[in-house]
Amino acid sequence: MSEELHDVRLTVNGTTHDVRVPARRLLSDALRHDLGLTGTHVGCEHGVCGACTILVDGAPMRSCLMFAVSAAGHEITTVEGLTNPDGSLGPVQQAFAECHGLQCGFCTPGFLTTITAGLRDNPCPTHEEARDMIAGNLCRCTGYQNIVKAVERAAEIAASGEETAS
Amino acid sequence: MKPAPFEYRRPGTLAEAVEALAGEPNAKVLAGGQSLVPLLSMRLAAPALLVDINEIPGLDTIEIEDGGVRVGALARHAAVLASDDVRRVQPLVPMALSHVAHATIRNRGTTVGSLVHADAAAEMPVVLTLLGGSLEVEGPAGRRTIPAAELFVGPLESSVGHDEVAVSAYFPGLAPGAGVAFEEIARRHGDYALVGAAALVEGESVRVGYLSVSDVPSVVDLTGVADADLGEAALAQLEPMDDIHATAAYRAQLVRVLTGRVVRSARDFAEGAR
Ligand SMILES: Cc1cc2nc3c(=O)[nH]c(=O)nc-3n(C[C@H](O)[C@H](O)[C@H](O)COP(=O)(O)OP(=O)(O)OC[C@H]3O[C@@H](n4cnc5c(N)ncnc54)[C@H](O)[C@@H]3O)c2cc1C
Ligand code: FES
Ligand code: FES
Repeated sequence: MSEELHDVRLTVNGTTHDVRVPARRLLSDALRHDLGLTGTHVGCEHGVCGACTILVDGAPMRSCLMFAVSAAGHEITTVEGLTNPDGSLGPVQQAFAECHGLQCGFCTPGFLTTITAGLRDNPCPTHEEARDMIAGNLCRCTGYQNIVKAVERAAEIAASGEETAS
Repeated sequence: MKPAPFEYRRPGTLAEAVEALAGEPNAKVLAGGQSLVPLLSMRLAAPALLVDINEIPGLDTIEIEDGGVRVGALARHAAVLASDDVRRVQPLVPMALSHVAHATIRNRGTTVGSLVHADAAAEMPVVLTLLGGSLEVEGPAGRRTIPAAELFVGPLESSVGHDEVAVSAYFPGLAPGAGVAFEEIARRHGDYALVGAAALVEGESVRVGYLSVSDVPSVVDLTGVADADLGEAALAQLEPMDDIHATAAYRAQLVRVLTGRVVRSARDFAEGAR
């Protein structure tokens, strides 16, 4: 029995891609294998670790818990879409670099997407809110102290960027 | 860790969804997928057909009705948690929802989906049972309302038929002067609870619902029990289970501790509201 394939148009980081996939293709696999966007990492594949977190219409979601066929018609943002338009690091990425917010980097794409959306909804988080923002993502090597610092630093960078832009 | 092959439909109307389910006995509804997709990936479930309801318009509603809250099948946990109307009409709903997984899971997972899924460790089935709410479902024979007391029949088993789509859930509102509270103990913030308890205090009446204590949500009546005896009185009506997460003895201890705590905070809530 050959498996039925679906033609799906995915919009990722503002670019449309046409892929032909079986219904069971996880969105995380479609991003990595069909589109070659390997910035999205896959750790546990059951929603626990957060490495695969992407933004769907701006909201953080687990790409390992969605099927590519269900993503048609929605705007997807992956870690590759977080850089500034000129290709330089976005505020959250810059803060991670400055604060030593990553070591091996496996968990980092999920943190970056989650924090990007978190700071959009709450641009000046308290220390508690910064901790809560990343509570659903696991990091096994850097430790969370520097990641929390990076959330707070990213908020500063974003705020100063807005001032210079206006 | 990849799902087995399945057929996929993404209907644009409820009627089409019901029709698709009727044609395949081994079909499953796909809502937020936050419980179903892990089961598929681990191959603990292998349905022949998935009926994805996410693009059906009009199911993401959150409405105040007859003094309670009606939550549509596509209302995400996050939207229900953020709703000021829900918080005002039935504060127990957001109290419990804040313990459901993490924000990212709540962005996709639906409150109705967690009721149909009927996990004994889930918060919302207990809330629906304690409040005496209900689930509205649509099937080939039309609509019916399932009272919470008849909804949860076993571990991961609800009385929603395999050919039915849950359309909405109804949580009755909080009566004036009544109080509610929610407490749980989990290993880590956002994890499933080892034991959780929700309390509803209305006048003399004191009732507490428990999650993760047995296979289905259990509600006990503690009306008239002296404060010091609440935990033991609750345990007399419960049979805490043993599993890999906790022993029965540890769960019994958590029931003792949480019962007094949750009843006290529900009373404080009622006092504060007066
Ligand atoms: C890491 C992680 C942690 C979690 N922690 C918690 C927690 O602490 N507490 C908790 O309660 N939950 C937790 N969840 C589960 C989460 O709440 C799910 O969102 C919820 O259980 C199911 O909702 P869903 O919309 O995702 O349903 P799905 O996964 O799409 O479906 C679940 C089941 O319900 C059926 N179903 C769903 N909607 C309907 C409908 N409208 N009509 C008919 N059948 C339907 C499906 O067929 C399936 O059998 C967690 C999930 C993850 C991944
Ligand atoms: S890979 Fe998706 S949450 Fe771990
Ligand atoms: S940087 Fe290695 S897991 Fe987080």
